[in-house]
Amino acid sequence: MNDKAHKIAYAVFALAVILLGWQVDNQYYLQLMIFIGLNTLLALSLNMLMGYAGQISLGHAAFYGIGAYVTAILTTTYQVAPVLALPAAVGTAMLVAWIVGIPTLRLSGYYLGMGTLGFGMIVHIVLREWSSVTGGASGFVGIPPLEIGLVVFASGKNYFFLVWAVVLLCLIMCRRIIDSRVGRALRSIHDGEKAAAAVGVDTKKLKLQVFVFSAGMAALAGFLYAHLVYFISPGTFSFVASIRIVTMVVIGGMASIWGALLGASLLTLLPEWLHAFSEFEMVVYGLILMGVMIFLPRGLTRGVLDVYERYRKNHDR
Amino acid sequence: MLRIRNLKCFYGRIMAIKGISLSVAAGEITCLIGANGSGKSTLLSAVCGLLPDWTGEIELEGQSIKGLEPPAVVRRGISLVPEGRLIFPPLSVMDNLKLGAYTRYKKRAANAVEADLESMMSLFPILRERFRQPAGTLSGGEQQMLAIARALMARPRLLLLDEPSMGLAPMIVEKIMEVLEVLRSGGLTIVLVEQNALAALEAADRGYVLETGAVVLQGAADELLADKDVKRAYLGKDYGDFYDAG
Repeated sequence: MNDKAHKIAYAVFALAVILLGWQVDNQYYLQLMIFIGLNTLLALSLNMLMGYAGQISLGHAAFYGIGAYVTAILTTTYQVAPVLALPAAVGTAMLVAWIVGIPTLRLSGYYLGMGTLGFGMIVHIVLREWSSVTGGASGFVGIPPLEIGLVVFASGKNYFFLVWAVVLLCLIMCRRIIDSRVGRALRSIHDGEKAAAAVGVDTKKLKLQVFVFSAGMAALAGFLYAHLVYFISPGTFSFVASIRIVTMVVIGGMASIWGALLGASLLTLLPEWLHAFSEFEMVVYGLILMGVMIFLPRGLTRGVLDVYERYRKNHDR
Repeated sequence: MLRIRNLKCFYGRIMAIKGISLSVAAGEITCLIGANGSGKSTLLSAVCGLLPDWTGEIELEGQSIKGLEPPAVVRRGISLVPEGRLIFPPLSVMDNLKLGAYTRYKKRAANAVEADLESMMSLFPILRERFRQPAGTLSGGEQQMLAIARALMARPRLLLLDEPSMGLAPMIVEKIMEVLEVLRSGGLTIVLVEQNALAALEAADRGYVLETGAVVLQGAADELLADKDVKRAYLGKDYGDFYDAG
């Protein structure tokens, strides 16, 4: 897509968010849309790493969890204002990513998958077992609502606008990175590390940077999550959550910022829609995901575009 | 310009290059020929910093490049056109070219890079036609041209090419050799690694013949072209021909 198409897409997107936020009063739907927003952030952060730079991470929920727990501990146990906890939450996740990334990113392919998987499990276990600090398996209670200046983001509507404004900003930021010189280098790593090195891309450094960036963004989602639900528990940040983020990226379409939005929406909404199937819910859920992968192997975004292009070609004739 | 002294390269415990010394004069095309496994590509990898495990000395204009990472080597003015081209297939031709200039953006070289893009497209007009197309849709010869153009975008003083003729029709090989000669007359120093010895020696000024990790013959390219051993082993002249001529 060119620059103009993206600007139009942002405008349509912003308009849709405003309209939805304005028209929808039902708390359940607002909450659902907020979750779509948070999941979009997570999918977007992983897409930068996986879709563009081609580095798989099966432990991304760990950074989500670190973001949520750092703000929870700071704002509740130490009474720090949430605004001040935000840089700490994002910073901690980035620092952890940097330390973990140095040895881990030497791996590639399946091995990197295993490495990040192990990391995700370690974080999950720490959150569950270090009960004096994290509240252990029963979770962390009493996180205060988010206050910025005089505004308290407590009602569904306020929070809806906050989350989606953050999503829009992140979408624009990621797009700009992808189109820049650094973004080109990222994509070159995906296609061949040796070739990237041959043109002078410092692949090690760049992979570490995108990993750290991606972790920071996931932690931002974790921060927003903690102040949305006031109660967090380790289960939310387990291995299954990591896999769900990967699925969002793959289903939505790798290497596409809008793919993150689509994948996150589908995977958040599907379980809600499928309640009608009661005990067969998970079966149908699995079947739909399999169907998408069989018929649109490059994800929804690319798949929809392909169908559209084929349609246009047939009509041009 | 480039001087290599007693270079030994290792893959684990295997020694792939067993003490090669050679020198490349500025403004010349130097070719390295030899069969599979003779160590040609390994030598280029060592020069580019892609192969960390070597001993001996490699000097560019009198300065050692030992221990430099690939990006630093590119910044010193050495560009590699890798074996098998290794372009970035999903990226557009434009993005591939701009990636070649990756190390230059920091110096606020945006205008110079644009100008270089333009000159690459006059050197290889086909790239202008394919400018926005994904590089993977290009034909083999076009991809090779793109790979060369990409390497040139870094404004190298020394260009290394690893088997640019691989898998290409003779006509296109000729075209690529012509481009190399144009570049040489523009002052670029070129090291050409080839299995296609005939094409390489015809374009080159000097040649080295490698065999199992050592230099077995060296000299001016036209002398090598006339050399009996080279003829027999690398130029595909058959034995009858060889004995008749001898």
